Amino acid sequence: MADNKREIDTATNTETTGHEWDGIRELDTPMPRWWLITFYITIVWAIIYTIFMPAWPMINSATPGILGYSSREEVAQELAAANEVNAPLDERLANMEIASVVEDPELLRFATAGGGAIFRNYCSQCHGAGAAGAVGGYPNLLDDDWLWGGTLTDIQQTLTHGIRYEEDPDTRYSQMPAFGDILEEEEINSLVQYVLSLSNQEHDAEAATAGTELFMDNCSVCHGEDGRGMQDQGAPNLTDSIWLYGGDPESIANTIHDSRFGIMPAFGGRLSDEDIRKAAIYVHTLGGGQ
Amino acid sequence: MTDVSQSKPPSLYAAREPVFPRRVSGKFRTLKWWIMGITLAIYYITPWLRWDRGPALPDQAVLVDMANRRFYFFFIEIWPQEFYFVAGLLIMAGLGLFLFTAALGRVWCGYTCPQTVWTDLFILVERWIEGDRNARVRLFNAKWDARKIRLRLFKWTVWLLIAVATGGAWVFYFADAPTLLVDLFTLQAPLTAYASVFILTATTFIFGGFMREQVCIYMCPWPRIQGAMMDEQTITVGYRAWRGEPRGKHRKSAEAADLGDCIDCSACVNVCPTGIDIRDGQQLACITCALCIDACDDVMDKIGKPRGLIDYVTVEDQETETRGGTSVSIIRRILRPRIIVYTALWGAIGLGLIAALVMRTDLAFSIEPVRNPVNVVLSDGSVRNAYELRLRNMTGFDRDLEISLEGSRNMVLELQGQDTRSVTVPADETLRQRVYLTAPANSGAATAGATEIVMTVSDENSETTASEPTIFQGTGR
Repeated sequence: MADNKREIDTATNTETTGHEWDGIRELDTPMPRWWLITFYITIVWAIIYTIFMPAWPMINSATPGILGYSSREEVAQELAAANEVNAPLDERLANMEIASVVEDPELLRFATAGGGAIFRNYCSQCHGAGAAGAVGGYPNLLDDDWLWGGTLTDIQQTLTHGIRYEEDPDTRYSQMPAFGDILEEEEINSLVQYVLSLSNQEHDAEAATAGTELFMDNCSVCHGEDGRGMQDQGAPNLTDSIWLYGGDPESIANTIHDSRFGIMPAFGGRLSDEDIRKAAIYVHTLGGGQ
Repeated sequence: MTDVSQSKPPSLYAAREPVFPRRVSGKFRTLKWWIMGITLAIYYITPWLRWDRGPALPDQAVLVDMANRRFYFFFIEIWPQEFYFVAGLLIMAGLGLFLFTAALGRVWCGYTCPQTVWTDLFILVERWIEGDRNARVRLFNAKWDARKIRLRLFKWTVWLLIAVATGGAWVFYFADAPTLLVDLFTLQAPLTAYASVFILTATTFIFGGFMREQVCIYMCPWPRIQGAMMDEQTITVGYRAWRGEPRGKHRKSAEAADLGDCIDCSACVNVCPTGIDIRDGQQLACITCALCIDACDDVMDKIGKPRGLIDYVTVEDQETETRGGTSVSIIRRILRPRIIVYTALWGAIGLGLIAALVMRTDLAFSIEPVRNPVNVVLSDGSVRNAYELRLRNMTGFDRDLEISLEGSRNMVLELQGQDTRSVTVPADETLRQRVYLTAPANSGAATAGATEIVMTVSDENSETTASEPTIFQGTGR
């Protein structure tokens, strides 16, 4: 590479950069004028933009720009506009018997769509995006088994006040005692075998017979003498195929020994009455609603 | 050595040479008038044709309904998923262009290209207002006096009216034409309509009035592509140099005996809309409009020489004739393998599209199995799957569709929110319907992994059915 010897290339009448590589010299062709003009226009535009629009980052925010534009404000306006459009439907929803919503297809569609969005925001963390819940205390909302009832009114009640949610005075409460302090290990095992027999699972018939009396003495008050549970008490049906905490002998033994205490938060106060109604309607349409 | 630093590099810019095509008459000019009339009529009239499709659908014969994602063409209604019809037509258009170019050169450019048709129309207006070639050249060179300003303003106004009508007609293909016409004039039409009209008005006005042959020479890719499409056996506009040369003034003297038939009258150059000399041979700027043939035939008639000095002729025939042989018939120029292959391909795609159109169903659906969760165990131990069905009713009337399971399976099929297995799908709509399928406890499907099933949707009234396979996912234990 040679020193900077800028000269004029005779073939093109253009100045060279003065660099030379193995005899090859580089032309210093000037930028096309249209390109330069466009470039200067973009600079001017950028300056104008920073004056009018939010641009320069400051410590907590950015310079607002004299137009005062804010994307958050725009979202707020769009939300307000959407709420305004939905206001008549919301009002109708709030002022009707929730059970009669199925007779109004327009309202049902509106509530289901809105309820789906609410469900994904507030419920899916525990119940799953597909509402299938999870073994270990998160009820599956798709099936036909309901601890506290599966009618629209029941679901609305559960959503509003929660279950075992101490901050809400109207919350529904059920508490199974931890029988580990009350019964012997062997008695608990007999109970487990009896409970297995209730749902026609594989069990030790002799132990199950021994467990019958224990069940009648200790469990039937809430779960019923036939073990079918009581929705008013939130006592689960022990004869069906659905187990919130698992239906295998070990899980049942754990449940009897230590009891369970699942909490559903109350959404009254957090969500508007209409939104709770929408979420209840959405859950009701998932296939298990009664 | 001279100091070259003062001189500028050569400019790449070529200023436009003004072209003033002279009026000509003859068989190709007549053909071009007819084609211009027909193509313009198709363009302007089509959106106004009506076609009854029932109360729920638009009655415009040709309509591209972007908002509702429908394309209507007389008795055909295309949904977005049937866009292959449009793709097929575009492939046919492409192959058709190959076919015609291989057989007849740039016949598209010369006769039917919108740029050619509208430029022709604009030149017609120009000639009507400013006069023929000589008058226009004089006006071009004249000072800007009152007469020139008056003529130019008048011409531009007429052009602008044509341009507005052109841009205006375009938007009618995308909305109900009578409604949109009223909306356009009462300022009720959407901004897109005005923007489209404005842009197309501007392009028509500028392309047809001022840029003309520049569009063909500099902007259009087709002149470059045609080189690969044409060969020595393609019939195209050519000058029989063996007959014309050496060219010279027509005189009755003895020395004229050594001259060819071309009297160098420049008639072919003067009528050329792209301002070229066809006697220079095949060139990029020639759009094969054949007006030079008409002009030259006219001159040949006058001087008592046979027609066809400039003619539709192949390069190969020109060479044969130069050697003294006779040219091959036009039929044999057209019936050659390349053309036959193009025609066969073109026809095969056409037949395929017609077959697809005939077999097209107006009832279709798709099944999307719900996979979150894959299944639900109910309290009695039965297993339920959910499916999201999209039912497409591609007719202009509401239909009651019954959903059933093919074969005799002991599963229970229920529709969400419906008491029966039937659901009403509104005219020309897609309806989403969730379907529940429940297999009894301990049944084969409930305990198996996946069971293949087929769902059927049927419309009793029209006895139309559609079936789709899907899978029932059991618990696997």
